[in-house]
Amino acid sequence: MLHIVACVKQVPDTKIIKMNPKTNTMDRASAPAILNPYDAHAVEEAVRLKARYGGKVSVVTMGPPPAVKAIRKCIEIGADEGYLITDRAFAGADTLATSYSLTKAIEKIGTLQPIDLIICGKMTIDGDTGQVGPGIARRLDIPPLTSVNKVVEIDRVAGQAIVHRKLEDGYEVIQTTLPCLLSVEKEINDIPYSTLPNMMRAARYQPVIWSVEDLGIVDRTKLGLKGSPTIVAKVWPPEKPKGGEMLQGSSEEQVNGLIGILMQKKELFHKSSATAEGGVQ
Amino acid sequence: MNIEDYRGIWVFLEHKEGAIVPVSLELLGAGRRLADKRGVPLSGILIGDGVKALASEAVAYGAETVYVYDAPIFHYYRTESYMRAVIACVEKYKPEIFLYGATSTGKDLASAVATDLATGLTADTTMLDVDAETGLLEASRPAFGGNIMATILCKKDRPQMATVRPKVVRALDRDPGRTGEIIEEPVDLREEDIRTKVLDIVRHAVKKVRLDEADIIVAGGKGLGGRAGFEMIDAFARRIGASVGGSRDAVEAGWIEHARQVGQTGVTVTPKIYFAIGISGAIQHLVGMQNSGLIIAINKDPNAAIFGACHYGIVGDAFEIVPMLTEAFDQALREEVEHG
Repeated sequence: MLHIVACVKQVPDTKIIKMNPKTNTMDRASAPAILNPYDAHAVEEAVRLKARYGGKVSVVTMGPPPAVKAIRKCIEIGADEGYLITDRAFAGADTLATSYSLTKAIEKIGTLQPIDLIICGKMTIDGDTGQVGPGIARRLDIPPLTSVNKVVEIDRVAGQAIVHRKLEDGYEVIQTTLPCLLSVEKEINDIPYSTLPNMMRAARYQPVIWSVEDLGIVDRTKLGLKGSPTIVAKVWPPEKPKGGEMLQGSSEEQVNGLIGILMQKKELFHKSSATAEGGVQ
Repeated sequence: MNIEDYRGIWVFLEHKEGAIVPVSLELLGAGRRLADKRGVPLSGILIGDGVKALASEAVAYGAETVYVYDAPIFHYYRTESYMRAVIACVEKYKPEIFLYGATSTGKDLASAVATDLATGLTADTTMLDVDAETGLLEASRPAFGGNIMATILCKKDRPQMATVRPKVVRALDRDPGRTGEIIEEPVDLREEDIRTKVLDIVRHAVKKVRLDEADIIVAGGKGLGGRAGFEMIDAFARRIGASVGGSRDAVEAGWIEHARQVGQTGVTVTPKIYFAIGISGAIQHLVGMQNSGLIIAINKDPNAAIFGACHYGIVGDAFEIVPMLTEAFDQALREEVEHG
């Protein structure tokens, strides 16, 4: 029976988030908090592996108390248990400090039942780094495998797994020892609609909540802002390009105007017409 | 940690099919600038199997020293083996700044190395600078899906590490006259200590989309309404010799493959000409294409943000404009050939 731990994060939906033009800060209230979309695929993959090999899926997240909502979403996808580590001491953590705190939680989950596999999403949509997964793997001294887009086989008895890692122009087939950590691409699976029993269980699910003391962390200098080698020194809005020239007149006049502009670059078109590529499959 | 002990700028030299990848050459260019500003040497680290010859290429592109780890154990990229070589080299020579390309390999390696060295790593940097006095690396990057830019510092730990997006900095011109020192490092790794094995590598038979190398891109968005809209811009793209790209909305709707997504979570592109058709211009998209040479936007909505980011704009229905454009262009080119 496999025990799989998925690491997840609750994030603001960066597609919807608005900026306050006066203060150049994000209006977090404008964006709903959601389960990081890449992490949903990590949980789904864990649930699929459980269906294939039998076992249990635990999810762990670090965040403020409302992150319970992200765990409930994972239960809806089909996870069995959820752990929320929450403490003011975690605030301001960069990827190095985050991987430390999550590792402590994973070690504690492992004392309840040994862990065969850890799965993370490729990255979060707020931080966009993809660094926490490999960081956890290094701290646990297990192989980190990023860009995984297929799990071919898990052989718990032999202590081995075979996965595909996405490359820029294909994929590689990797054999690894268990336990290992996979961070997965979103094309690894499609997330089906939630089932009614999972939705009902999720609605009333209360995750296990651990503080710094519960995790037995003595060295608080490794946590949060204190434990973070990187600091954000400055934020500013991305430079807005100045608006361009709007072509005028009827559609035909506008098109002809544009052709006139493009023909000034005609050597480019002659060159590239020879290598016309197009693209729709 | 004594910060004073760390000196010099390093670049991880990623290679593929017997050549150093473009982003590593770009980073040698950026590293050269940082090294000159600081008055410190620029070095490259090259790891692989039978790769020694590439070291002189790195010198031609600006490195003064190249550390080489050349052994069969490095035949394939594997996090554990490469990571150990990098860590051994950092511990031996102590660089103050270490840059990697933000490729899947560069990001994978840098993440593992940063944890073991317990140092800071800034992901997907798009701007780099260094304070000449303090040596602090100012690594700037888009955050929150491109909604803000942030400058990240790593004040107390070394090396200061960053992965840097392809195409955001410039490589120096190749100069075979540059001289440098190539140092072969001992390899003290055993195969049985590495827990992963590459069983096979499968390359896609179809020519891989390289949007980041395209001179002309025609990109479509939600305004195209469906696959039919993409077939239309595909016809236009073929006529003008362009590659086709798409916004995140178009990719998520399944109208175009993910490899063609331009923007924060897709590819950063810098073509000479970029057509944005039916693209509203979400900030996530703009960060991926705003460095294009000439940006042309076509959109029904006169208030679309894309018009604030383009050089020339046409307000109109793409389904009317694009076929007209294809035909007019065809004619213009034909006349050009006849008279030319």
